[in-house]
Amino acid sequence: MGASKFVIKQISVFSENKPGRLAAIARALQDEKINILAFSIAEANGFGVVRALVDEPQRAYEKLTKMGFNVAFTDVIAVQMKDEPGGLYEVADILGRNGINIEYAYAYSGREGAVLILRVDHVDAAIAAIQKSGAKLHESSLFQ
Amino acid sequence: MFWDEKYETLPKRDLERLQLKRLKKTLVHVQNVEFYRQKFGEAGIGPGDIKTLDDIRKLPFTRKQDLRNGYPFGFFAVPIDRVIRIHTTSGTTGKPTVVGYTKKDIRTWANLIARNMTMVGLSDRDIFQNMVNYGMFTGGLGFHYGAELVGMTVVPSATGNTRRQVEMIQDFGVTVIHCTPSYALHLAEVAEEMGAHLDSLKTGLFGAEPWSESMRRELESRLGLTAYDSYGLSELFGPGVAFECGERDGLHIWHDCYLVEVVDPATGEVLGEGERGELVVTPLAKEAMPLVRYRTGDITMLKGDSCPCGRGQKIARIMGRSDDMLVIRGINVFPSQIEHVLLDIPEVGSQFMVYVDRVNHLDEMTIDVEINRDYFSGELQDLARIQKKVVKELRDALELRTTVNLVEPGSLPRFEGKAKRIVDRRAGAL
Ligand SMILES: [Zn+2]
Repeated sequence: MGASKFVIKQISVFSENKPGRLAAIARALQDEKINILAFSIAEANGFGVVRALVDEPQRAYEKLTKMGFNVAFTDVIAVQMKDEPGGLYEVADILGRNGINIEYAYAYSGREGAVLILRVDHVDAAIAAIQKSGAKLHESSLFQ
Repeated sequence: MFWDEKYETLPKRDLERLQLKRLKKTLVHVQNVEFYRQKFGEAGIGPGDIKTLDDIRKLPFTRKQDLRNGYPFGFFAVPIDRVIRIHTTSGTTGKPTVVGYTKKDIRTWANLIARNMTMVGLSDRDIFQNMVNYGMFTGGLGFHYGAELVGMTVVPSATGNTRRQVEMIQDFGVTVIHCTPSYALHLAEVAEEMGAHLDSLKTGLFGAEPWSESMRRELESRLGLTAYDSYGLSELFGPGVAFECGERDGLHIWHDCYLVEVVDPATGEVLGEGERGELVVTPLAKEAMPLVRYRTGDITMLKGDSCPCGRGQKIARIMGRSDDMLVIRGINVFPSQIEHVLLDIPEVGSQFMVYVDRVNHLDEMTIDVEINRDYFSGELQDLARIQKKVVKELRDALELRTTVNLVEPGSLPRFEGKAKRIVDRRAGAL
């Protein structure tokens, strides 16, 4: 119940692997005064996806689309990492034992300390499993 | 319905006998042309050496450039007094090509057009608006004479003033139009802007430029008609050489008037049924300007199946121009093949660029294609899956391994008119 408040909208931008694309995305968001809280780049044969956690995903989506970028929203969750050895293992283990695959993860570091941004194959199940384990999930309102 | 049932449905043996008779006559007739006297002399061959239809392979080809070199009347095989009309085809460079017609040629040509129009169910009850250039271009007068011969009511509207064209279709109750497919699309747009309904239309005859099946669907739904593909070229009279029947699965080419071969554009080797290559035609019923093994430059193939309508062997719709052909690791590739593959994959756009390189003495083909905006999920693995799918579909169609780059939507160049999608970077490596 109320799990949706833990679902965070990440923006995913299709990008060819060529110089200047990331800079163009970053500048466009800066011009709009949109904060990039965290990002990662994934690439395969000649193309990539820029994933970004921003404070205003809808405006970011509109701005980048207007510039011709191909943008999609992706649901991710944010888990507080314990600031001690084994923190990452613990999160991965909870999900693994519940049969949930982590497709990718990247870190966000803010006032709260280290936060792990996770893209999983079953978002609702992941939220339930993490909550049950007692680990801390961040609400989307913390970022957006 | 047939215009000339006997000649349209000649049994194979009778047809071949007729073709051979007409071929022999043509080969004697072309001796009136200096170019052929010289070519036949160089090849050490005379008209008498052609005993079977297959012997035609011993004869040299005629190319567009040869006709240009003969400007203006070098290919006329009759005195100019007997030529009652000339047309020209515009060349992108240099002089145009001149084609000439005797009285009999004009009659033969009109009869071929009449065959085509009757084949798709048109008759003297139809009202025909001919929306193509009436000047030196063969499309205007060619169709005009054929339609009059059928007894149709002809509206010689020619091109331009599209709003007036729409009004005439409405006011005269036009049932059939003839134009280029791109002009038909423009006509549909203007009619929609005007809020005009073209309810009387039932048939569209479209030719003079290549057009796709998706274009056919669009024209049919927007204009409310059935669309037929028309093929011809001025050197072979003009339009009317080949035409779709009601089956709309390939074009009937008139074998009693045109001896047809399909050859490998690179080697000139004659290909069999189902093999893609350049259409080569020897007209069998032309007086003023007979030609031998004319290289049309158009890519098609002979179809193997017989047609329920009872007419002769068909050719496939034109797939491109031989000038655009690439030879990659010994395999002939046409940009139109790539386009067809991409059109069938919704995840990518239909714009593309092809780069050819020679890497370690091997040809490598790289194709840039745009991802379709609506199919971007945000996931890298979905993109990789799309990329794999394109590679596989291309391999199936071209029998070639290619490298496919997915690029951002809208990032590839758009072309108006002739597209320059091929960048062959092998030249320096040869
Ligand atoms: Zn047929």
